[in-house]
Amino acid sequence: MHSTSFSAQNLTKYFVSASRLSRSVKQHIRAVDDVSFEIHSGETLGVVGESGCGKTTLARTALLLTPPSAGKIFLNEKELTNLSPAQLRAMRAHMQIVFQDPISSLDPRMRARNIVMEPLSIVPDKTKAEKDEAVAEIFEKVGLNPEHLNRFPHEFSGGQRQRIGIARAFVTKPSFIILDEPTSALDASVQSQILNLLKDLQREFQLGYLFISHNVDVVRYMSNRIAVMYLGRFVEIGDAREIFSHPLHPYTEALVASVPKLSPRNRSKPKVAGETPSPIDIPTGCRFHPRCPYAQDKCKTEDPQLTEVEKGRWVSCHFPL
Amino acid sequence: MSDELLHVDSFSICFDTLDGTVKALNDLSLSIGRKEIVGLVGESGSGKTVLGLSIMGLIPTPPGRIVSGRILFQGTDITSLGQAGMENLRGTGISMIFQEPMTSLNPVYTVGNQIEESIKLRIQRNSEEKTASKESVRREVLEALRLVRIADPERVGKRYPHELSGGMRQRVMIAMALAAKPALIIADEPTTALDVTTQAQVLQLIRDLVEEVNASILIITHDFGVVAEIADRVDVMYAGRIVEERQVADIFEDPKHPYTQGLLHSLPYLKKAEQRLETIPGSVPSLIHIPSGCPFHPRCKYVMKECSEVEPASRNVENGKVACFLYGSDR
Repeated sequence: MHSTSFSAQNLTKYFVSASRLSRSVKQHIRAVDDVSFEIHSGETLGVVGESGCGKTTLARTALLLTPPSAGKIFLNEKELTNLSPAQLRAMRAHMQIVFQDPISSLDPRMRARNIVMEPLSIVPDKTKAEKDEAVAEIFEKVGLNPEHLNRFPHEFSGGQRQRIGIARAFVTKPSFIILDEPTSALDASVQSQILNLLKDLQREFQLGYLFISHNVDVVRYMSNRIAVMYLGRFVEIGDAREIFSHPLHPYTEALVASVPKLSPRNRSKPKVAGETPSPIDIPTGCRFHPRCPYAQDKCKTEDPQLTEVEKGRWVSCHFPL
Repeated sequence: MSDELLHVDSFSICFDTLDGTVKALNDLSLSIGRKEIVGLVGESGSGKTVLGLSIMGLIPTPPGRIVSGRILFQGTDITSLGQAGMENLRGTGISMIFQEPMTSLNPVYTVGNQIEESIKLRIQRNSEEKTASKESVRREVLEALRLVRIADPERVGKRYPHELSGGMRQRVMIAMALAAKPALIIADEPTTALDVTTQAQVLQLIRDLVEEVNASILIITHDFGVVAEIADRVDVMYAGRIVEERQVADIFEDPKHPYTQGLLHSLPYLKKAEQRLETIPGSVPSLIHIPSGCPFHPRCKYVMKECSEVEPASRNVENGKVACFLYGSDR
């Protein structure tokens, strides 16, 4: 199998909102701000960040579900950002998404069979029988009972519904999948079933994953490489094992320090004060400086660039740890 | 236990619905000592919120129906207090912090007003304090905000809930609960809606406050991480029962009940990418159709013949109790 890849170059998404006081004053929400990444087949890039950092906008923009304000997207070196809607539609079979909430992302009036079959409508030259076969095959692969194909979403448990969402994403045999918080709505015992399933499917189909989550433990477990996102930017990228054991960016350090340790004799101490500011008023200079325990004068004025400090290790900080 | 503040004694409650009787809590016993932080962990649908609401006397009857048992708070059975009696206890005796501070704060009053309300309530109920001046109440509001580490209480007190961040709103909720000076605070998923860096700050705050304000806390959560960070003792719930009750360090180092073991081992914490996560087959049972015998037996890898026939009573293990036939005989 030849190697495939999905990449984003300087991807940016601004939303414009009118000010509450005056319609003529426009405010820019910089949800995703100059983000670049590349994912190879069989590889998982994890994106971790807190609410409002732009994770979901990144997912939607990367798949061109919403047009980017700037930047380019490539699938197997073919640029997608300059395609016509019809051409893009034909490419969609190769890139799919699994959403967070398995209740609102499944149409309650469609049977499981039709939900999973729907994406096949963009795959050309498939007979009805072939489609039925593809659906039954993937249904079983994700651990669902093919006898339940005619059931409606409400007849499944939360974990099973997420399996339907996964089957729907995999049925077109894509080469790249975005998983946007795929287990956040699930209980712990079900979460582990889904994470194992996603790993098995990746091994079998050699897919590239962009795995988005706010849960540091889940991202660390699932990913080869991890990008830490803060206010629309990647502030640090590195090997999944390295990045959390030896963080270079103060925000990564704070994030790791805040994660509960499951070790009551060794409780964690919060490293940062305050909360993520609104993406409407992004701080000047380094966007983390108001919360950073190590901030110096330079950090208030100069915006640090994401630079490669070791092979494969990128950080945007004037004074990396 | 002489310094026991709350004792839930073989308490069972069910709800009559059109689909059948939901047996939400079944012969459940739990106790909380003074200045103790007890963590109550369970997955969704295990009945943990129903327990919290039962202690607060907030379960509407009907559809709720107390089948058996008592809830003793400072020695009094609060299930027999009735509406008026319970109302006197809420706030000043037992207070509750909810998961989503945005929906539990009143959007049309400033947060200062809302904290004031709980202070006035306390003063009104406490005969010794009856003569509080406006000025002293105002001072106490600022004090309450300072207690929850809000840096600029004068300014924040004048804000409306929507003007505050999620973490600040949860601090305000905690300030409101504390201002009434309750002996017991029930915190139902107090950090679930918060980001992890904010969660760490709020958990640290709760930990520090127990030292300062002399209250006990029952913290209800689905997250073992939260329990590890804050609790002294842990109760694990499954299908409306407590299946294991242990000191916090023991439950993480040596979990006894197969359900607790399964849950802890299913977490990706510290797992290597090559390792598979352990799973618990199946899913949490509906509380309408609870399996016979031990409710966990259909999912348990150590299941024995008796497990499906008889429900195991809870038995003593090192620093706690566990309801499982693997550990000795009934107590």
